Parts: sequence; C-alpha cells; structure tokens
Amino acid sequence: MPVTDVSHDMDTLTLTIVAEFAAPVERVWQVYADPRQLERVWGPPSYPATVVDHDLRPGGRMTYYMTSPEGEKYAGYWEIATVDEPTGFTFDDGFAHEDFTPNPALPVSHNEYRFAAHDGGTRATYVGTYPSADALQTVLDMGVVEGASSAINQIDALLAP
Amino acid sequence: MAEDDEDRADALFHALADRTRRDILRRVLAGEHSVSALAAGYEMSFAAVQKHVAVLERAGLITKRRNGREQLASGDVAAVRSVGSMLTELEHVWRGRISRIDELIAADDTTDNEES
Repeated sequence: MPVTDVSHDMDTLTLTIVAEFAAPVERVWQVYADPRQLERVWGPPSYPATVVDHDLRPGGRMTYYMTSPEGEKYAGYWEIATVDEPTGFTFDDGFAHEDFTPNPALPVSHNEYRFAAHDGGTRATYVGTYPSADALQTVLDMGVVEGASSAINQIDALLAP
Repeated sequence: MAEDDEDRADALFHALADRTRRDILRRVLAGEHSVSALAAGYEMSFAAVQKHVAVLERAGLITKRRNGREQLASGDVAAVRSVGSMLTELEHVWRGRISRIDELIAADDTTDNEES
C-alpha cells in the first residue's frame, strides 16, 4: 500500500497525501518531467489525460485535457511557480477553455509536490489547497468523476447487507 | 425539525433501496442525461424508468429540467455529498493516481532487461 498517510484540513481546505515509492527520487521526478508518463498517471483509464504543452520550469506552463467516457474534453493547465529538480515543485492547477487559455470563472488550486529519499525509496508528499468549499465542489464536478462515483459508493457501502 | 430529517432519510433510503435507481443516480452524477437516453440502458419501459427518476427527484437526489421535448436529469451531487466528504473524494482520486505511479515504476523492472 504505497499511501502511508492522509490528512484533511477542513479549515484550510487542504488535502495532504504521503506515499512511498520503491524507486529513487530521480525516478519519481521523471514521472512529472516526462509528459508521456505524466498523462499515464494523471487520469484514470476511463478518463484518460493528454498532455499538450509541458514546460516544467519556474513560470512554465503545462496544458492537458481529459476525455470523458462520452468523449467530452475537459481542459486544464498548470502554472509552474517553483522547481527544485528532482526534489519537488509547486504550481497552480486550474481549468482552461478549449484553446487552453485559463478559465477564470473556475477555481484554481495551489499544489506542492515534494520528493525525498527515504528507506531506500522515495517519500512523496502531495499538498493541494482549494480556495473555498464551492471551489472544491467544482473541482470534483469538473471531470473528477471518480469523486462523484465514490460519493455514491459510500451510500452503497451503507446499504450493503 | 427532527421529524423532517427522518422523513427525508426515509425518502432517501427508499430511493436508494433499488438497484436500477442507484445505477441511474451514478449515471446522472457523472453528467446530465436525457430520460430517454437513460431508459435505453435498461430492459424496462420508458415509463418505468421515468417512475424511477421521479422517485429519485422526490428524494432530492436529482433535478430535472425540460429542453424542448426532452427531459434532462442531473444528479444533485451536493445532496449526495456532504462538505466533509469532498476531501475524501479527492483523496480517492489521489489514491488512484498514486497506484498508477506505483505500477508505472514497477514496470521499469521488466523493461530494464531490454535496455541492456
């Protein structure tokens, strides 16, 4: 089970996830430095991601879209703030129009990813912060469909005999 | 007030006690569907599916709007989801991502041999 710790901060709307990977820090960094690897891990198989622009440098942009099972495309962008290769980077993650210009009507989350050598592998810490409960709701509604299905799965679990 | 909550819980459990209704709810939570598109997915009449949709609507789980001759149903995610569960949902998304990273890294070992 690679996820070792999860914390929810309801006051700051921050989700922190700690995971441990059986690979050196440089290898984990490659997942983010290589757009073909990044798109394989970003979206679920039912909602594949396609990375278009990829410039993992301070001030750089990453653009991507996710394709729903119905064939609808949801575009997003990362605006890279700081980069400390290979130990981490910070960025804002927002929604975009079809031409990848940021859509300011939709929320932007602030993210910090850190990778540190630990026990012969890598400890990755992912911190995502959302500006408001409404923003969190929008993020979950906009293509993070796994979220909606997990909400209903919770109800299923409740009803399971 | 408490009585209202109990009534709502009754409606909610009644609505979710049926497998087809849970399936309809899953589909409309993922996006708006017309009732006829929903009906196409089941071995039952359009009228029967319409009834299921009405039960879900009375329970406050879905909302309907008209668009010309179509009735469009969408899941009221807020009704299904408490604010406190949203971070949990996001966590679920992240667990998926992390297991995919894990698989990607694990696949290196099998391709290393080809590189030599």
